[in-house]
Amino acid sequence: MTLALKTTDLAKTFDIGKRLIGPPRAQVHAVHPVSLDVQTGETLGIVGESGCGKSTLARMLVGLEPPTSGSIEIEGRALDRADPAAFGRLIQYVFQDPVSSLNPRKTIRQIMEVPLRLLHGMRGQALDDRIAELFEAVNLRPEFLTRYPHEFSGGQAQRIGIARALAASPRILILDEPVSALDVSVQAQVLNLLADLKAEFNLTYLFISHDLAVVEAVSDRIAVLYFGSVVETGPAEKVFAAPRHPYTRLLAESAPVVGRPLGGAQSGELPDPLNPPPGCAFAGRCPRASDLCRREVPALRKIEGDQFAACHHPLEP
Amino acid sequence: MSLFLKLLFRNRLAGFGAVVLGVIVLLALLTPILPLHPPNETNTANRYLRPLSDGHLLGTDHLGRDLLSRLLWGTRLSLAVGFAAALIAGLAGAAIGVIAGYFGGRTDNVTMRGIDMLMAFPYILLALAIVAVLGPGLLNALIAVAVVNIPFFARNIRGVTVGIAHREFIDAARLAGMGHTRILLTEVVPNIVPVVVIAMSTTIGWMILETAGLSFLGLGSQPPQADLGSMLGEARSALITAPHTSIVPGVMILLIVMSVNLLGDGIRDALDPRLRSGALARPMAATRVERREVPAAQGEGFLRIDALETQFQVGRRIYKAVNKVSLDLQPGECLGLIGESGSGKSVTALSVMGLVASPPGVITGGAVRLEGKDLIGAPYELLRSLRGRKVAYIFQDPLSTLHPLYRIGDQLIEAIRVHEPVSHGEAHKRAVKLLEDVRIPNAAARVRAYPHELSGGMRQRVGIAMALANDPDIIIADEPTTALDVTVQAQILALLDELRQRRGLAILFITHDFGVVGQLCDRVAVMYGGRIVETGPTQDVLEGPAHPYTKRLIACVPELGGGRRILAAIPGLPPAVDQLPEGCAFAPRCDKAQDACRRGEIELKGETRKVRCLYPEVAP
Amino acid sequence: MGGYILKRLLSAIPVLLGITVIVFLIMAMIPGDPATAILGSYATPENVARLNRFLGLDEPLWRQYFIWLGNMLQGDFGRSFALNRPVLDEILDRFSATLILAGTAFVLCALLGVIAGTISAARQYGFADKAITFVVILGISVPSFFLGMMMILIFAVQLRWFPVSGMYSIWGGGDLPDLIRHLTMPAIALSVVATGVVARLSRGAMLEVLRQDFIRTARAKGVHERRVIWGHALRAAMVSIIPVLGIQAGFVLSGAVYIEMVFQWPGVGRMLVDAILKRDILLVQGGVVFIAACYVGFNIVVDVAQAWLDPRIKT
Repeated sequence: MTLALKTTDLAKTFDIGKRLIGPPRAQVHAVHPVSLDVQTGETLGIVGESGCGKSTLARMLVGLEPPTSGSIEIEGRALDRADPAAFGRLIQYVFQDPVSSLNPRKTIRQIMEVPLRLLHGMRGQALDDRIAELFEAVNLRPEFLTRYPHEFSGGQAQRIGIARALAASPRILILDEPVSALDVSVQAQVLNLLADLKAEFNLTYLFISHDLAVVEAVSDRIAVLYFGSVVETGPAEKVFAAPRHPYTRLLAESAPVVGRPLGGAQSGELPDPLNPPPGCAFAGRCPRASDLCRREVPALRKIEGDQFAACHHPLEP
Repeated sequence: MSLFLKLLFRNRLAGFGAVVLGVIVLLALLTPILPLHPPNETNTANRYLRPLSDGHLLGTDHLGRDLLSRLLWGTRLSLAVGFAAALIAGLAGAAIGVIAGYFGGRTDNVTMRGIDMLMAFPYILLALAIVAVLGPGLLNALIAVAVVNIPFFARNIRGVTVGIAHREFIDAARLAGMGHTRILLTEVVPNIVPVVVIAMSTTIGWMILETAGLSFLGLGSQPPQADLGSMLGEARSALITAPHTSIVPGVMILLIVMSVNLLGDGIRDALDPRLRSGALARPMAATRVERREVPAAQGEGFLRIDALETQFQVGRRIYKAVNKVSLDLQPGECLGLIGESGSGKSVTALSVMGLVASPPGVITGGAVRLEGKDLIGAPYELLRSLRGRKVAYIFQDPLSTLHPLYRIGDQLIEAIRVHEPVSHGEAHKRAVKLLEDVRIPNAAARVRAYPHELSGGMRQRVGIAMALANDPDIIIADEPTTALDVTVQAQILALLDELRQRRGLAILFITHDFGVVGQLCDRVAVMYGGRIVETGPTQDVLEGPAHPYTKRLIACVPELGGGRRILAAIPGLPPAVDQLPEGCAFAPRCDKAQDACRRGEIELKGETRKVRCLYPEVAP
Repeated sequence: MGGYILKRLLSAIPVLLGITVIVFLIMAMIPGDPATAILGSYATPENVARLNRFLGLDEPLWRQYFIWLGNMLQGDFGRSFALNRPVLDEILDRFSATLILAGTAFVLCALLGVIAGTISAARQYGFADKAITFVVILGISVPSFFLGMMMILIFAVQLRWFPVSGMYSIWGGGDLPDLIRHLTMPAIALSVVATGVVARLSRGAMLEVLRQDFIRTARAKGVHERRVIWGHALRAAMVSIIPVLGIQAGFVLSGAVYIEMVFQWPGVGRMLVDAILKRDILLVQGGVVFIAACYVGFNIVVDVAQAWLDPRIKT
């Protein structure tokens, strides 16, 4: 297996309250240094709640946001400058809100043509053929091409978004909550389509979601983010079934499941990002927290086999 | 385009403005070929002739010049100057605004500080200063008026551009390989154009007024050339002896500016998509009711909804959001109402207390009986006294549902005092108690907090506390945890469940999540296309769904612990409720559908378990 | 709150400096030199040069600016050559008259505009809404100077309810009732346009707010409809109305120039127009800086009011 994507200590800090001159009033560490490896053909699921930095991480990976520090390698090539066009041919992005990711004043054909023309220099018949091919791949009828985005339902618009991302012929797709704006009956359609496309085009996926069950259903490996840091990674079948980090367990127990009593009533909330605690960010909510946790930030380390966790007192399976 | 014109003329005032302005512009264009006296031909013998004099329809001015001729020539000038000023200001302002808004950061900061600086002058000071530099003259007045208005356009357009620059399709364009210039020209500008057109059309009138004003002061057009403003200025000295010389140009300015304004408003409304959909209408205090007959109660129930019909009437389209829905809720019971978006579950819930936004919502049939008393069409005052006291609501997004400018304590106190005449101090004590009841730490201090100072979970706790303020019998919770993270959702659900046990509350719980229903509700009703397709005890429905839709929907939901797999999906889309098919709304997506499913009315049948299906999965 | 006010006051300093720079540069661009304007076109070159030196006009531009700024900070705005009296004295005399006129008009437009706009929104598409909308369209379309002239014609000349012009009667008077009699027509004429604009924007802001979720929450609590409109909704709408009021204050101040011409009101606007026509540069400079500074001050008050109303601003 070859490495499709590798990040080394990738981090992002946002300045809050910028001034015309002088330093900003405060800084928020949206993403703490993150090192991830994704194998070719793999689906890496990234889960976390709002404010955990998963979208910022994704935007850095496609060059929409310049990283504050660290490096990104795609298929062995370093891509650190934030130039989305350079990233575009290797890695593409599917947005959460399918309708707002399509320019309301352009037809679907105009939207589809852009990446083909600008990234691959296609013209004329080749362009038309390629668009037809892509539309067939995502199960959309060719007559949709002359319509405008507002004429489509969320599920259809998301297929168009996927087709546009595929038009760049990327090696990797970042799927940023691709189904969370969709109803469940449509969500499954899109998820299954994504699985088919992956096999057909030999793609690598980064699948970002807040829905644990969805992530588990589509991923090979899962990384759990909390407060800007990766707190646990491991194979999809083990992460929620036998979590090593207390936060992962809290997540897994909070997900509503038919027939299980309500749990997690008193589990606290996220710390203030402007005033982060020293040590482990989860310590304030953690039943196992010790003085060590409140003092020292735990590093991501191997717990057993392919399960990694950033915890001083990891759980036993 | 034809749609635009149709919308424009639907507004009768705008049509009137268009006609008046059209006539004036036509006259101004034809002026050179009309048989008029030369505008500057003086004839001191005929000074101050009254209107309708021989040969001078509108009379003459202090030099005996023909007023009609001067009026038309002046109109030409004023119109041209006004349009030109609006165009210059609009384009220059838009260019500045688009660039500042798109690039943001330092470019934005520096530009906007400059704009703010210009806006620190009352506009006329700047105009006067510019005229002082350039010297009096119509062209200089035009420049002054245009320059002075640039900041307003720049600010306005910048705001809109910032909104667009952060939309996802801009990111998508960057990923597709577009550079900044291309994005600005092909992605941003087309979305800005309507805003610029609106801004220009609503300010042309103002520009005409301003240039006329400068001319009136003697700083614009110089004699003998005259625009409407300078005509008025020259006539001022004879206001009392020959008022017609003032009235004629003054009325013309009024006519021009008014017709421009009416037309501009029309253009604005026609271009604003929100007005087309009627989304700018203000919701009334209670939903409109147009009910022909009152259905008989179909059974017992603390809260009974019988054959409720709620529609959205937008233009000629009728969306049957709720279509003959019947439900009952017993004291202390938790009923889950589940469905996908557009299934009508929220509208059903809001109809109970007449909270569906109206327009466009109308309750067209059915009854909602609370302890046997029908609430549909009840007098507003009765409805109001029940809201919050007997039936309280918890809404979805706690950030938008709490008033952003009131302290949460004051919002709680208001909820108490609306229904109970207690002192402020007493209400305050109870507010603190309520916050403690919903487990908000440090409640005594938190009553002074504003909603934006709390986290999402805390805000929803406040929402729950507010619903509990008057010890209601029923709580209608409209997707109260959908906007929350999963760990916080678990906390809120546990709290609701506990409160319900302790206080004996009946809850109508609206959700799209089977997991939530399974954990919280005694009974469940499933909605599809505005109707209830299945209801029954939660356990039975989830374990043995009778309606094919319920069965397949449950199969679509991935459950944690299922491992990696291909998910079941339902092909097709939920129906649009403005064109529901005959028969079963699910038939087009159902693999069991027969011809009989596509005909007539299909009944909701059964006893404790009911199903609206001819070929149910299990016998109800 | 105190911290916010202080911050806002400090941030006004660069704005004020910017204003002085802009005004100074504009005035420096005026063609022809003031000495010639003062001495007339028959002046000898020696006399012109002497006067230029006396006025400091032979210094480099940036030095002139700092001298002018320094003098202004000490309260010395120079002397008006046309009126032959200190600029500041003249401005202060005239400004109080403008303040009375514009202040009255502003209060009128703010009160009437917000009330009319709120009623209009609450009764959307009803009779009151249509009537108000019509009057508002008429109001924003009529030139204030024309309206003033017509008011003089009708209420002063024909009906003789009010005096034609001026601020006080020449014989007797000079007391408050006399001032009010003189003030009524110009203040109304001045406020009409601004009232229309405020009413339109208030209506729009109210309609926007009335669709918000928190209004539905208030109704779901059982709050009386009157309180929903005039309490919950109006308070939230004020967040977008108050900045408009700040801008309208500038427009009222601007419109005062015309009204002062029409009603012979002895205000600062007429003074400026006369000064421009006579090329009395020091008077124009001083007048513009003074008015702009007052306007900046007023906008600080507006911002503070905004921050008091909206707790989200002070972060």
